[in-house]
Amino acid sequence: MTPILSAQKIIRRFGPIQVLHGVDFDLVPGQVHALIGENGAGKSTMMKILGGYLAPSGGDLLLDGAPVQFTDQKQAEAAGILMIHQEFNLALQLTVEENIFLGREKKRGLFLDHKGMQDEAKVLLERLNCHVDPRTRIRDLSVPNRQMVEIARALGRNARVLIMDEPTAVLTNRETDILLEQIDRLRAHGTAILYTSHKLDEIRRIADRVTVLRDGQHVLTRDAAGFTEDAMATAMVGRELSDLFPSKPVPQEEIVLSVGNLTVPGRVRDASFTLRRGEVLGFAGLVGAGRTELMEGIVGLRPATGTVQVMGKALKPGSVLAAREAGLVYLTEDRKDKGLLLGKNLTENLTLLALDRFGRVRIDKQAEDAALTTAIREFDIRVNDRAMTAGSLSGGNQQKLLLAKTMLAEPQIVIIDEPTRGIDIGTKQQIYDFIAALAARGKSIIVVSSELPEVIGLASRVIVMGRGHIAGELSGAAITEDAILRLAMGVAADDAAERETA
Amino acid sequence: MSDTTLAAPKRRRLNLHVLGPVLALVALIILGASLNSNFLGYGNVTNVLARSAFIGIIAVGMTFVITAGGIDLSVGSMAAFVAGVMIMAMNSMIPTLGVGVPLILAGMAVALLAGLAAGLLNGFLISKIGIEAFIVTLGSMGIYRSLVTWLADGGTLSLDFEARGFYRPVYYEGILGVAWPIIVFAIVAILGELAMRHTPFGRHCAAIGANEQVAKYSAVKVDRVRMGTYVLLGMLVGLATIMYVPRLGSASGSTGVLWELEAIAAVIIGGTVLKGGFGRVWGTVVGVLILSLIDNILNLASIVSPYLNGAIQGVIVILAVILQRDRKSAD
Repeated sequence: MTPILSAQKIIRRFGPIQVLHGVDFDLVPGQVHALIGENGAGKSTMMKILGGYLAPSGGDLLLDGAPVQFTDQKQAEAAGILMIHQEFNLALQLTVEENIFLGREKKRGLFLDHKGMQDEAKVLLERLNCHVDPRTRIRDLSVPNRQMVEIARALGRNARVLIMDEPTAVLTNRETDILLEQIDRLRAHGTAILYTSHKLDEIRRIADRVTVLRDGQHVLTRDAAGFTEDAMATAMVGRELSDLFPSKPVPQEEIVLSVGNLTVPGRVRDASFTLRRGEVLGFAGLVGAGRTELMEGIVGLRPATGTVQVMGKALKPGSVLAAREAGLVYLTEDRKDKGLLLGKNLTENLTLLALDRFGRVRIDKQAEDAALTTAIREFDIRVNDRAMTAGSLSGGNQQKLLLAKTMLAEPQIVIIDEPTRGIDIGTKQQIYDFIAALAARGKSIIVVSSELPEVIGLASRVIVMGRGHIAGELSGAAITEDAILRLAMGVAADDAAERETA
Repeated sequence: MSDTTLAAPKRRRLNLHVLGPVLALVALIILGASLNSNFLGYGNVTNVLARSAFIGIIAVGMTFVITAGGIDLSVGSMAAFVAGVMIMAMNSMIPTLGVGVPLILAGMAVALLAGLAAGLLNGFLISKIGIEAFIVTLGSMGIYRSLVTWLADGGTLSLDFEARGFYRPVYYEGILGVAWPIIVFAIVAILGELAMRHTPFGRHCAAIGANEQVAKYSAVKVDRVRMGTYVLLGMLVGLATIMYVPRLGSASGSTGVLWELEAIAAVIIGGTVLKGGFGRVWGTVVGVLILSLIDNILNLASIVSPYLNGAIQGVIVILAVILQRDRKSAD
């Protein structure tokens, strides 16, 4: 079939740096074409060129076989090419309907045709099997529903080509399933879809064709059938990936953290668990199960009742500083909004959590600088310029910086929420190694993750949460995807308990 | 991937941004000197600097408030109110303390305490009760202005004549020919610059202004630091009042009118970002001097009417913000 949108020998330079070296790419109606590669491989640039956000420095774009140049994204949109960003392009304070029709509102005379827009919005959302009221404000919607609204918005604009930039990075498995179903449906309607994700199993499930980029080079394009995850990873990284997960450390006897009947009003009920020295404890569950809220309650970021004991001493509630001083730190899942000051330089970010170590009255800038040097070396942060802002680091390097910042507080217990969200497989492996190395050094780590392989691969014990309470605990060989999912969804609990004792 | 390409040009721009206010100040000094030969004379320089001191001391405090993402519209009214309270307290203490150093010191203590209390109130409502800074200080601006007018019964509160004579030197004299207000302003500015750049407090202010959530997650005591900025500003308003009262020896409902806007303007001209996250005290000092010099030059040279002072200052503020925006789009 002839492609709707076709890229030929696309080159892109930023100043003297060439980030795309002649990439060919076709988008065919009714086909899902996956674009994969490590962070910095040039995926985003390629997508932006196809979506009209960036102009290529060389090469041609063909729309329905005819050469085309988009001067901006609006022209691409007019041609039916829509891009769904990782950071949603939705106005939080506006309603679903207002967002779907933003910039192309229906009018009746001088006034807006609210009824007509609401009805049409409803139809669009129904097509996606998404049952939100078009009058809801976006800020009141869950992340997956926001994603659906984004897609509905694209459909409302008669998208022929849909470019999806890591749509599942913020979704749980179940939500991902729903999204993939919708993508199937769109494919059946003849939409051409460009799909990117770091989750290779999704690529296997959804893609018809796969293109691999590495360092801006077009490595290969082939049919997805028969392309194994292993082969994809090898093509992306350019070398064989040894086992992704390091061997699991053996916990010691000493209990370093003990949480008793912790309740975060409206979010978590009566959660109790313990953590041993040198242990990697996994926390699994669906989004909304209360894992993040529980952790935030423990470290004092949210009001909570119950007891938290660190090394046998009760922790002062409601104080992040007291938790840090007791040796307990929390690394947020939301590195862009809660983890790093994107507009500040690396040093200021690195030392913010442990600033009092650099002088209570006068900050010792030399020591700060030395700390940055150490952090860059120890955590392998790829830095172009030491004076750059945290926001201009790639996602994986931001995560490493955040990890370095957290470790600078010299904690005994580290809670890491979604340690590898939105980062490439090479960096993931590095982060897994850091976690294992920390545990081997006698630190205790809690890993909260929506990626089951991650929890299974890292943790020697897994606590599963469901609907705000601890649904069960698995350890050793009983930690399987199946057992975790059953506990998380509250089905066949006895079956899971059986496995646990096995 | 575009990181490397941006790094080099951004730096150059940043330097321009840093130099901008300084270049403007130098240009104004050259302009002033070429228009009037007395401009660089001792008398005029002292006059300009001493008059800048009130706004300057307040603006240093305002820099911290704005850097931490806040705003304080009440400082002008607060200064008038503190001046009124200080004068009334001193007048009432004359029978017991007599006119002398103890009376002046007591008056100063009252001014600092009144400023501290006023700042504490603003800070409490903003950081603990969680009301928007703009709303809180808009309210307290009206309250203090009204209170001082009421205390003065619509007229003027005057310091006892004898006490005024004794207190006058605090404004008009100094050491080695440098007037006290200038000395105090310089000390406040230097300490402020050090606090902003080299202490955890300054770093925390910038972090809160840049992203309050990140600061909270990084174990910064957001409430306490934010409250601290308003208390600091309140005390600096008290300090400015201490330097201001000996100049005229009186306070009325029209004391300190529009000081808040001048202070905010100086902070912005100096390169501090209005929505917070980045502040520099030396920039604020330059901003204050730019505003004072425009006023001074218009008064000395008769090319443009001094009545246009406000218009020119307004243009400068807007230009400063446009420069800031350029810098933003570069990073």
